Amino acid sequence: MNVRRWVRAVRWYLRELTGEAGYDRHCDRHRRHHPLAPVPTRREYEVLRARHREDHPQSRCC
Amino acid sequence: MPTSVMPESGLPAPQEPPPVRSRLSPRSVLLWGTVSLLGAVAWGVLALARGEEISAVWLVVAALGSYAIAYRFYSRFIARRVLKPDDRRATPAERLEDGVDFQPTDRRVLLGHHFAAIAGAGPLVGPVLAAQMGYLPGTLWIVAGVIFAGAVQDMVVLFLSMRRDGKSLGQMARDEIGRAGGAAALVAVFAIMIILLGVLALVVVNALAHSPWGTFSVAMTIPIALFMGFWMHRIRPGRVVETSFIGVALLLLAIVGGGWIQNSSLADTFTLSPTTLVFCLVGYGFVASVLPVWMLLAPRDYLSTFMKIGTIALLAVGVVVAAPVLRADAVSEFASSGAGPVFAGSLFPFLFITIACGALSGFHALVASGTTPKLIQKESQVRMIGYGAMLMESFVAIMALIAAATLEPGLFYAMNAPAGLLGTTAESASQAVAGLGFTITPDQLTQAAKAVEEQTLIARSGGAPTLAVGMSEIFSGVFGGTAMKAFWYHFAIMFEALFILTTVDAGTRVGRFMLQDMLGNVWKPVGRVNWKPGIWLCSALVVAAWGYFLYTGATDPLGGINQLFPLFGIANQLLAAIALTVCTTILVKSGRLRFAWVTGTPLAWVVVVTFTAGWQKIFSDDPRVGFFTQRARYADAIDAGQILPPAKTVDDMHTVVTNSTVDGVLITLFLLLVAVVIVNAAVVCVRALRSPSPLPTTEAPYVESRLDAPEQVAEPLAGARS
Repeated sequence: MNVRRWVRAVRWYLRELTGEAGYDRHCDRHRRHHPLAPVPTRREYEVLRARHREDHPQSRCC
Repeated sequence: MPTSVMPESGLPAPQEPPPVRSRLSPRSVLLWGTVSLLGAVAWGVLALARGEEISAVWLVVAALGSYAIAYRFYSRFIARRVLKPDDRRATPAERLEDGVDFQPTDRRVLLGHHFAAIAGAGPLVGPVLAAQMGYLPGTLWIVAGVIFAGAVQDMVVLFLSMRRDGKSLGQMARDEIGRAGGAAALVAVFAIMIILLGVLALVVVNALAHSPWGTFSVAMTIPIALFMGFWMHRIRPGRVVETSFIGVALLLLAIVGGGWIQNSSLADTFTLSPTTLVFCLVGYGFVASVLPVWMLLAPRDYLSTFMKIGTIALLAVGVVVAAPVLRADAVSEFASSGAGPVFAGSLFPFLFITIACGALSGFHALVASGTTPKLIQKESQVRMIGYGAMLMESFVAIMALIAAATLEPGLFYAMNAPAGLLGTTAESASQAVAGLGFTITPDQLTQAAKAVEEQTLIARSGGAPTLAVGMSEIFSGVFGGTAMKAFWYHFAIMFEALFILTTVDAGTRVGRFMLQDMLGNVWKPVGRVNWKPGIWLCSALVVAAWGYFLYTGATDPLGGINQLFPLFGIANQLLAAIALTVCTTILVKSGRLRFAWVTGTPLAWVVVVTFTAGWQKIFSDDPRVGFFTQRARYADAIDAGQILPPAKTVDDMHTVVTNSTVDGVLITLFLLLVAVVIVNAAVVCVRALRSPSPLPTTEAPYVESRLDAPEQVAEPLAGARS
């Protein structure tokens, strides 16, 4: 039981850290703001995310 | 709610918010008493042990004990008395939530993000070079520096930027200090970034030169990243975790594959000279900065984050389990003589310049005023994210120092002294090391290179190879024994090169945006972010700028790292001076003069250090320290028709003259820019103090938070009770 909890916690952390979980949040948000429009597909969302990253470079430190 | 919700897990649950004034319970008095005692004993052992070898574990205990106390007491003092975060106040992440830039993020996730953004190769390189002065001065500066300067800067900048909707350091400088200060800060940030990229790339060049194994495995990161990019963008969109695991597995395979390549007929193809590597890196930097981010930069970033966290954890385990002994002197003779071969100059100020990241790094201010403040869920979390992440980086620096200090000093100097001094054979290097007062036989030197399957370890300056040898000693003591030494060496090289190439990609892009922004004022089209010729032109200019420093570093007869690292350190610390100036100005302007010392003291210190170092670099009579004296010495020799060692040809002589001039002029420029910022800020502060009425605040207005998030960061080591 404990092991399963930890595995879930680690998976949760990795999905959050990498932004993988961002899609679910994006869909929730989309449904709230545009209840009638279909939610974007994962692929469409990734294109948006890449475009945003393109325009907002983040410096990595030394 | 849009906030990410943590599933039930074994991770510690957030505690109830403690009240503003709390008394220590007897249990926490006991706990903190024990922590203090352990730390004090460890420091005592380090300070008093002379002439005997002591275990590196003492260094770890001393550092961790100090961090725990500083986090528990000093960071709390700063939070409660100086910054006064208010969890009832909505953060920009909540108020402006758009699911893209602004997004309340779980504090543990944000800590991971922030740490991955601030920690890179810097804390691994500086401490290794500084080991020339012995392990004690470096350790003291890393620990004291982070507690009173580095972590304070990160936390305060993060807080101030958060209260201003995530404004950048440059914008805050302009708003708080004025146009002149703001413009000087902007130019300084750009120039400093260029130097940083040049020096970091030089570390990679020195690590990969004449090493087919290293070159192959690092080159393989490009196809691996491309594969990952296509996999998670085209084939299985968004599956980042799975892709990263595949990537890490391929990366390990690439390291093993490097060993096969080295022993195959392909070895010659991957044996490259420093100059060839320079051109490869410059070409790579340009291509990487104009390709779509999902192709190369994003996957590389994930790889490097995973490798970073994994390797650092592994190193911590390795140091504790293997408990290596420190072979370097506690304080070496170079600390006072200033005649060290790795970098010239005496302990003050040059130790504090050489170790920047890990103790105080101005670059963090750019991260702390960029993405992170827009993601904070609750104001009080700046303590854990700003102060906490910097303590973690500092710990990385301590481990790098340990890795270097566990090497035999003879080997350390054979690897880190300039090539001109050491010559190219094991015999000449052994003699040169003996001349420095240390011993290593030619046979030992050859054996050391053979153990990690490198052709040579002589003059492999730049810090990365030294760290890799140290890490391979520690790792092979725990996992795999001597048979695995070569693997661990190349693992460490790969790990550092990966960080650096990620920084180079990202830095070139950031530099390009800054340049487009600046040039856009002069000629509009260049400023447009989607005008391709503008993008290519600005990318090429940025790459050419850092490529210039990389090239001069790789070909400098006096040793590029020896020449350029002080420039990099001074630049980074000057950026910290700008950040701390902005912080102090805001404290003064917002009526917190009483607490201005919190950022004012580190500011004073870093100004004294950088301006002393800069002054010496400009005006010192010692040709090893002063750029212009060095220039004059070589220029006179050229006029007299002489060739001064370590230069071998007239061309070498001219190279030295040009490089010293450029470096000297640059340092002068940096100091002037920072002086403008500080003087401007001082005028603003005096005006603020004389003003009869309080100045209008620049903070975003108060909005009540509706977010029900953990209000207080759980104490890392259960502590206060009401």
